[in-house]
Amino acid sequence: MDTVNVNGNIIEWKENMTVQDVLTAMKYTFKLLIVKVNGELVRRDQYDSYKVPCKSEIDVIHLMSGG
Amino acid sequence: MSVKELQSRHKLLKKQSYEPKELYRGYTDRVLYINLDDNTVAEKPIPAMMKEKFIGGKGYGLKLLWDGTRPDTRWNDNDNEIIISPGPIAGITQYAGSGKSLVVSISPLTDIVIDSNVGGYFGPFLKFSGFDVLEIQGKAKNDIIIVIDGIRNTVSIEEAPGEEIDSHIIAEQLTEMYSESADPRDMKNVSVISAGNAAQNTLIGLLNFSWYDIKRKKCRLKQAGRGGIGTVFRDKKIKAVVVKVTGVSPDPNHVADMEPIKERGARFAREMKELDPHQCRMKQEGTAHLVNVMNDYDLLPTHNFKFGSHKDADNIHSRVWNKKFTQGMNDGCWIGCTMNCCKGVDDFELKSGPYKGHKVIVDGPEYETAAGVGANLGIFDADAVIELNFYCDTYGIDTISFGTIVSFAMECYENKLITKEHTGGLDLHFGNIPATLELIHQMARGEGFGRIAGLGVRRMKEYFAKNYGADMKFMNDIGMENKGLEYSQYVSKESLAQQGGYAMTNKGPQHDEAWLIFMDMVNNRIPTFENKAEALHYFPMFRTWFGLNGLCKLPWNDVEPESNALEAEPNKVPEHVDNYVTIFNAVTGRSIDKEELIRQSERVYNYQRTFNIRRGYGLRKHDAQPYRAAGPVTEEEYLSRQERYDKQMKDIIGIDPAGKSLKEKMDITRKYREDRYEQLLDAVYKRRGWTKNGVPTLEHMKELGMDLPEVVDVLKKHL
Repeated sequence: MDTVNVNGNIIEWKENMTVQDVLTAMKYTFKLLIVKVNGELVRRDQYDSYKVPCKSEIDVIHLMSGG
Repeated sequence: MSVKELQSRHKLLKKQSYEPKELYRGYTDRVLYINLDDNTVAEKPIPAMMKEKFIGGKGYGLKLLWDGTRPDTRWNDNDNEIIISPGPIAGITQYAGSGKSLVVSISPLTDIVIDSNVGGYFGPFLKFSGFDVLEIQGKAKNDIIIVIDGIRNTVSIEEAPGEEIDSHIIAEQLTEMYSESADPRDMKNVSVISAGNAAQNTLIGLLNFSWYDIKRKKCRLKQAGRGGIGTVFRDKKIKAVVVKVTGVSPDPNHVADMEPIKERGARFAREMKELDPHQCRMKQEGTAHLVNVMNDYDLLPTHNFKFGSHKDADNIHSRVWNKKFTQGMNDGCWIGCTMNCCKGVDDFELKSGPYKGHKVIVDGPEYETAAGVGANLGIFDADAVIELNFYCDTYGIDTISFGTIVSFAMECYENKLITKEHTGGLDLHFGNIPATLELIHQMARGEGFGRIAGLGVRRMKEYFAKNYGADMKFMNDIGMENKGLEYSQYVSKESLAQQGGYAMTNKGPQHDEAWLIFMDMVNNRIPTFENKAEALHYFPMFRTWFGLNGLCKLPWNDVEPESNALEAEPNKVPEHVDNYVTIFNAVTGRSIDKEELIRQSERVYNYQRTFNIRRGYGLRKHDAQPYRAAGPVTEEEYLSRQERYDKQMKDIIGIDPAGKSLKEKMDITRKYREDRYEQLLDAVYKRRGWTKNGVPTLEHMKELGMDLPEVVDVLKKHL
């Protein structure tokens, strides 16, 4: 199976998979995120267009918020 | 009765003038001391040593409380104190979140020091009246109010038999009574502290700090919620404390250098304008934006922290709160706050209790309230949450403790540890809204099962075991308290670091020391014990600093600059940390860096730990957590996330779950998780400079410059 590694979790990679697809697959709905694909920072406005290569190492850093 | 008639019934017990004193670089360097035993009103100077080592806010409160009480002073002894101190930065209006007060006392729930932070205008107005601290000791014979008149420079103690106790009424009565005129521009120069009817009949009383909302022409209330300080307040027979000032000038603190404060404030305001709508939407939803996020990540406590999500959670989703909250209002709980997150529901018609049919403003709900009196009770009805929020506030009880107490009672009821016979007929199944409302009204009346529930989870466990033969071991597992304080509203089972962030706190499990769940559980960025220990050193120390200075934590990381993504440690939000260093220096004229900021906190944090030890607590055994905070107590819990637990057993613990019974799997999981927590304690104590028993070492205290004689005396008995 083709995969990507998201925060240490292995998930299935699909052709034309975008950063937003990864966030959806992981159910990451929090908004204060920093996303790096193979060390490269992906801006929020690129989430829908940035294609994730197969076997990527993806960091989705959730920042903190709340009282 | 009109306000004039109410005032005519006041009996003046003491009125004393004081010399006015302007603030200089954030400080007046004096304490207003009041003793209600003999109506003493006195000024106390703040020595240079105290200012250097304790900074202000919580630091001042701890120092004065230590000096003013004995190691065995109980919460309801005359010498217990309520100390309110904002800190040197409080009262600036050029940077968001700069109006907080810290309140400390000996808690009726925990028997150790409680500290609780609160917005509203009281703290800044206290400073503008000429005092860094208000220290109240003793008990009045009859109900009194204290009035600090910063216009005429007088302090008075007045018997006040007629005013209501519940906060939404007394705040309005006293604001009108002591305002220079009925003009809203004068009304906003008055702030009132009050509690409520349930504060005097439970141990979970809170203090409401008011601010006058000039647009709505109503008093708003912010809460010093945790640990029962409102109960201490009513035990002292204080109905209210009032402060009034002439107004707020552009620089009442007489800061050392205003320009850097303005520049950072303007920069932050731009972030709020441009980024907040895409980030947390604090301006529209406040912290309630988190309800659905926590549900999505299995972190929203439901049914007494058994689970982290629920199928009906959309009913209390942030978009629901967005519609309920009145938008476009001035919702900053201190002047100049551009975060504006103190949201309110206007014209809410109450459906129960003594104010049934009244249309009221409800401050909130914030996340903790929506989770505590909503999801954790199985109540997924927004209007019920709003009504419970209102009554908790006006009756003067903490929504967090109320939620965790009632959810515990509900689980006991569903497990038949208690029955209708014990609850006085209340059907305490999860989700029962009428029963929950009746329970809160009982707390206010001091009646029935409300009286028992008002004792808090720790005492309920003892009461149920002693009087009803309930299973203590099971209750210890499911009763979500540590040190006697009820847990705040996050599921910590899958984050070992957050388990420490809760149970290793000085005051009890409140998330204001550290919230590490995402860093730990989702980001997998702090995998080792040493990583977690570093986080459990840095974040509690950093966040302690807000409470020394009169600052709100929310502007630190509830909106974050675009450049934060480029930072090596984005979770620290380094640009905002730099804002705080800059502002502290600009207010006080001192020259600290971000390392000294942490050391300032470390001094106070370790002093508080030592204070707990002085009182017979503060050791490793007191940092123990209920198993519900760490893992699945019941079969129902394990089975609900069986795939997760089985996978962890195989991949992390290294035991194949195949062929194992459910009980065997639960036992294996528990042993592993409890052992990990013990290892975490070792790692964190080491990082913090403490022994394996959780005692700060003398070397560490010396290094911090906190080897004060009274501190050394306490510590050396435990080393």
